[in-house]
Amino acid sequence: MSIVVCAEQRDGKLSKVAFEALSEGKRLAAAAGDTVKALVIGSGIAACGDELKKYGADEVVLADNEALAAYTTETYAAVLAAFVAQESPALVLMGHSTVGRELAARAAGIADCGLVSDCIEILFADGDYTFKHPIYAGKAIGTFKISGATRFATLRPNVFAIAEADGAGAVVDFAPEIPEAKVTVKAVNKVSGDRPELTEADIICSGGRGLGGPEGFKLIEDLADSLGAAVGSSRAAVDAGWRDHAAQVGQTGKVVSPNLYVASGISGAIQHLAGMGTSKYIVGINKDGEANIFNVADYGIEGDLNKILPVLTEKLKEA
Amino acid sequence: MKIVACIKQTFDTEAKIVIGGDGQISDEGVNMILNPYDEYAVEEAIKTKEKDGGEVVIISVGSDKTQEALRYSLAMGADRAVLINDPALANADSHAVSVALAKLLSDKEAGFDVIFTGKEAVDDGAAQVPSRLAAKLDIALANVVTGIELADGKAAVTREIDGGTEELEMALPALIAAQKGLNEVRYPSLPGIMKAKRKPLDVVSLADLGLSAEDVASKVEMVSAELPPARKAGQKLTGEVEEVVAKLVELLKDEAKVI
Repeated sequence: MSIVVCAEQRDGKLSKVAFEALSEGKRLAAAAGDTVKALVIGSGIAACGDELKKYGADEVVLADNEALAAYTTETYAAVLAAFVAQESPALVLMGHSTVGRELAARAAGIADCGLVSDCIEILFADGDYTFKHPIYAGKAIGTFKISGATRFATLRPNVFAIAEADGAGAVVDFAPEIPEAKVTVKAVNKVSGDRPELTEADIICSGGRGLGGPEGFKLIEDLADSLGAAVGSSRAAVDAGWRDHAAQVGQTGKVVSPNLYVASGISGAIQHLAGMGTSKYIVGINKDGEANIFNVADYGIEGDLNKILPVLTEKLKEA
Repeated sequence: MKIVACIKQTFDTEAKIVIGGDGQISDEGVNMILNPYDEYAVEEAIKTKEKDGGEVVIISVGSDKTQEALRYSLAMGADRAVLINDPALANADSHAVSVALAKLLSDKEAGFDVIFTGKEAVDDGAAQVPSRLAAKLDIALANVVTGIELADGKAAVTREIDGGTEELEMALPALIAAQKGLNEVRYPSLPGIMKAKRKPLDVVSLADLGLSAEDVASKVEMVSAELPPARKAGQKLTGEVEEVVAKLVELLKDEAKVI
């Protein structure tokens, strides 16, 4: 049996979670005595193959076809499902990104396989896999098993360690029939700017109602840029129209787990904590000393964020 | 137009999670709501009917209790509801739910033009049913959608991707999974609530659908659940602004080693 890792790329650039998934696949393959195969789907992706070899894939498989230049769930899932049908792997892994989660679910739907989404831990013992996945947006952790010969799992970004490894095998091609997509991609609009993607960021600076208005986010953006961080938001600030929903962290937003989460002017409602409670370190800045954020923050500062944030930003720039 | 919205009843997002003696999550005393993302789906279905005419059918897999969420959707303005309720679906995973929904939608409720769902449910956070259902019905899927224009048998949608958005176009029938921001969800009016009581709500079993318990056997089983390790309050830094900021930077560097 093998482990298949579907490595996500866009415009020929592999996502960080692709390396995380391959590293985890390699670790599990060693535990289970299996081989790991990395599958890349796209067009003009030869360079991805060379990059993935650094992480010790026993085989790198490229489904390289012009018809796959634009991502559509249908075509990519058809390729993945065809590879799974050919390979009959014990396990199929990929990142729980916006694209990865729907791709995994559609391919698992075609293959009639079980899928545990958004895993934070996978164990192999007594010949079977066990999956841990936060439920109720992290208010509880469920332990799951999957029946059937092939199991699918998506991995929460920023949780699994990346490790380079030896033992890379050949790069081979995979050319299944590609169905005609029912969806046409008319345009892809990238959010401008150099800030990292929220779910993959090592550091996130978030703001809430305490910022007082949309202009308050300038303080958060300046702080984020001094740290190379992503910018997040509480639900209150999104509902007030100060920030786009794509930035919302919490139960009805994104679930993140950076090394450092700086919450400014965020009270710390249960729904928000659910979305960032697995951050390694939390800093809370709030003028209300009783704010719930101080019950979870590793470092808390009670005070006026309008005074604190500019000083913090300057200090970090010097550092 | 035949407009369908698939919904799930979930725990209130404010609910505190309690693990019962059986190691599973207890629903005792928990307030149940229409899954927040599914509210956008129901709203969009009703808006579509108001613009283009037709019928709005709400569908769910659930228990007797789920009728509340269906009645709520009817009170918002949907026309009728179908609940798939069967003991064999008590612990249904995303696979089982999508098999049951697909059978209903390709048989008794065939002929839909568009299906709306939420992009995920806030309880299991699996985000699988829209993709699995679209695969089973072999129709186009637009997932995580924040904008829709339906015209001439086509859908033009805006959807979120990692680090941006995409503009997609597809022929109907299609499945559209709603993200927050798609619309402003209405509250049921009092007349709406009164009317909803008399609107049709059909309950069907697996046998009614021509499915066996084996057809909907779950692939994924939750063996147990636990509460995450509680975070503890750390240290509060006090003093003048310059002083606390210097202290914070030092701690982040030397103790946490995160910058």
